[in-house]
Amino acid sequence: MTGDLAWIFFSSMVVNNFTLMLFLGLCPFLGVSGKIDTALRMGAANTFVLVMTAVAVWALNTFVLPYAPYLRLIAFIIVIASLVQIVEMVIKKLSPALFRALGIYLPLITTNCAILGLAIFQTNRDYGLLQGLVFAVGSGAGLALALVLMASIRESIELADVPAVAQGTALVLMIAGSLSLAFMGFAGLLSSS
Amino acid sequence: MSEMMSHMHGAPPAAGTRRATPPREDLVKGFWRENPVLIQLLGLCPTLAVTNSVANSVVMGIATFFVLVSSSLLVSTFKRWVPNEVRIATYILIIATFVTIAEFALQALVPDIHKALGAFVALIVVNCIILGRQEAFAGRNPVGRSVLDAVGMGIGFMIALLIMGSVREVLGSGTFLGVSLFGPAFEPWVIMVLPPGGFFTLAFVLLAVAWWKRRRTAHARVPATGAAAVTEKAA
Amino acid sequence: MTDGDATVATDHTPAPLPEPAAVRASSLLTTLGVGGAVAGLLLVIAFGLTLPRIEANRARARDLAVKEVLKAPERYDTLYVVGRTLVQKPPEGADPKKLEQVYLGYGPGNQRIGFAIVAGAAGFQDVIQLIFGYDPKTRQLLGMKVLESKETPGLGDRIEKDQAFVSQFVGARVPLLGVKKGKRSGPREVDMITGATISSKAVIRIINNALERLAPVVDAYPAEGQG
Repeated sequence: MTGDLAWIFFSSMVVNNFTLMLFLGLCPFLGVSGKIDTALRMGAANTFVLVMTAVAVWALNTFVLPYAPYLRLIAFIIVIASLVQIVEMVIKKLSPALFRALGIYLPLITTNCAILGLAIFQTNRDYGLLQGLVFAVGSGAGLALALVLMASIRESIELADVPAVAQGTALVLMIAGSLSLAFMGFAGLLSSS
Repeated sequence: MSEMMSHMHGAPPAAGTRRATPPREDLVKGFWRENPVLIQLLGLCPTLAVTNSVANSVVMGIATFFVLVSSSLLVSTFKRWVPNEVRIATYILIIATFVTIAEFALQALVPDIHKALGAFVALIVVNCIILGRQEAFAGRNPVGRSVLDAVGMGIGFMIALLIMGSVREVLGSGTFLGVSLFGPAFEPWVIMVLPPGGFFTLAFVLLAVAWWKRRRTAHARVPATGAAAVTEKAA
Repeated sequence: MTDGDATVATDHTPAPLPEPAAVRASSLLTTLGVGGAVAGLLLVIAFGLTLPRIEANRARARDLAVKEVLKAPERYDTLYVVGRTLVQKPPEGADPKKLEQVYLGYGPGNQRIGFAIVAGAAGFQDVIQLIFGYDPKTRQLLGMKVLESKETPGLGDRIEKDQAFVSQFVGARVPLLGVKKGKRSGPREVDMITGATISSKAVIRIINNALERLAPVVDAYPAEGQG
């Protein structure tokens, strides 16, 4: 079982990184990755929401959805939207500074494909509660990792002389492609012979 | 939530034509000028994820088209009955319903392609294009115009998917819709059907779009000022 | 777009504040309630219409896979693994879909051909799911088919696309042993794919592990009568 958990964690964090390999969570990745600081905060907020989503999804899949499988998607999206609202309120109460720093990006977590993506993968792979939690922490760490890496690179090239046609999203996508290429090197690392 | 929505509005309408937009314009603007992917930069997740083959791109385009048009139709029809506070929740409910229907339909009709598309059919729910169009257009415009807008945006999305899908499949597998183009001697550029290839392809497509836009602005300005085009930072 | 404000009373006394809010709350709930009900109804209909087709697709895919790895049996039984035994009927109250299934194929004259077993584990990129046929009498494999894989196109995906690799499993003796390409010498050895060692090893490992667990179980399944 532990080998299983270790594989789930490592796979979701690097081998099948949500952003660089599975193309989830691209909106914040392309939008928020300008500064390392914001990137870290966004990554942390996402991980928090992911973990709570994993628990909620497990509960839904175990107790509620077997009776109405066609309501799966609606149930997931409602739960995610509610969780994000709750997280927003909690952050606002606990740390107004953080709330202001995250600004618009907090509600944007709802439409972050990564959260719903986690819910769907967790369901398809039939993960139990512990596996789901490890999956959530791993993918959250992966999202944060991708965000921070991208932010570091973007901060470094901020003053570089990029041709005008390539500025903006095109450049970020090229950097993302290079990162993705690098991450492909992680495949096969955990396979036992 | 409403801030998020205004963040996602498309390009502003052409100056001075806000109220006078002819219906044809509602339809056609989605094809290129306000293309949801290439210009508005929405819906990038599926654009990158499912375009490793043309077949997948086509099916995804059709599914998204169905959800977009159906949702816009319903949202625009019932907008009067939906209180402002719950409008986003209602939009999401409507969209999620149609996505679920689309998913069942795909599973029943084309199970192999459904398996290839994986989670991305369900992820149409959080495709910013759909929610964005409800908020920006269908929720505040008559039904006819909303449907035209949705059709235009849906076709624009399909166009973007097809461009990406064609490039990636031809270069990455040497085939188009499964039909081998170059014969067995061709060594396919496999990276194109892998994640990095998706990123690079989209980057170059956007680069081409930016280049084309600058050229068009440059040509428009030369007669006016007679001077070289001003370098503009891309949005 | 609806102007969300409730109609304000036009008399001189200011309207009591709680009232507009109360009206609004009930209209919010009504909208969501009605919307939810309609959505639910549409989905139940769609589900009902498509479920038979979806289940049929799934059953047919499984059916084709079983027939392929058991070398075209005349018929096959679906058996369920309960603990360390195979049973024909799932125990009372157990959901058959949650139990591990093994398929026993019969040839002409009710001859047993072998068992088809589904197994999966992590490969190079992600989980590989496969089905293989096994004959306990000769301890040989009858065939192997990859059901799901996300291995690298052009390299790892040759575990399912390379006929030379796949056909090696027919008649191979277990437990399998992977060897470098071209070095195959014994009935237990399987040539691995050059450049896809990890994917190849994963396939071998999946089969070996599954048989380690299930070979005693299928051996113990009581023999039928005539042959």
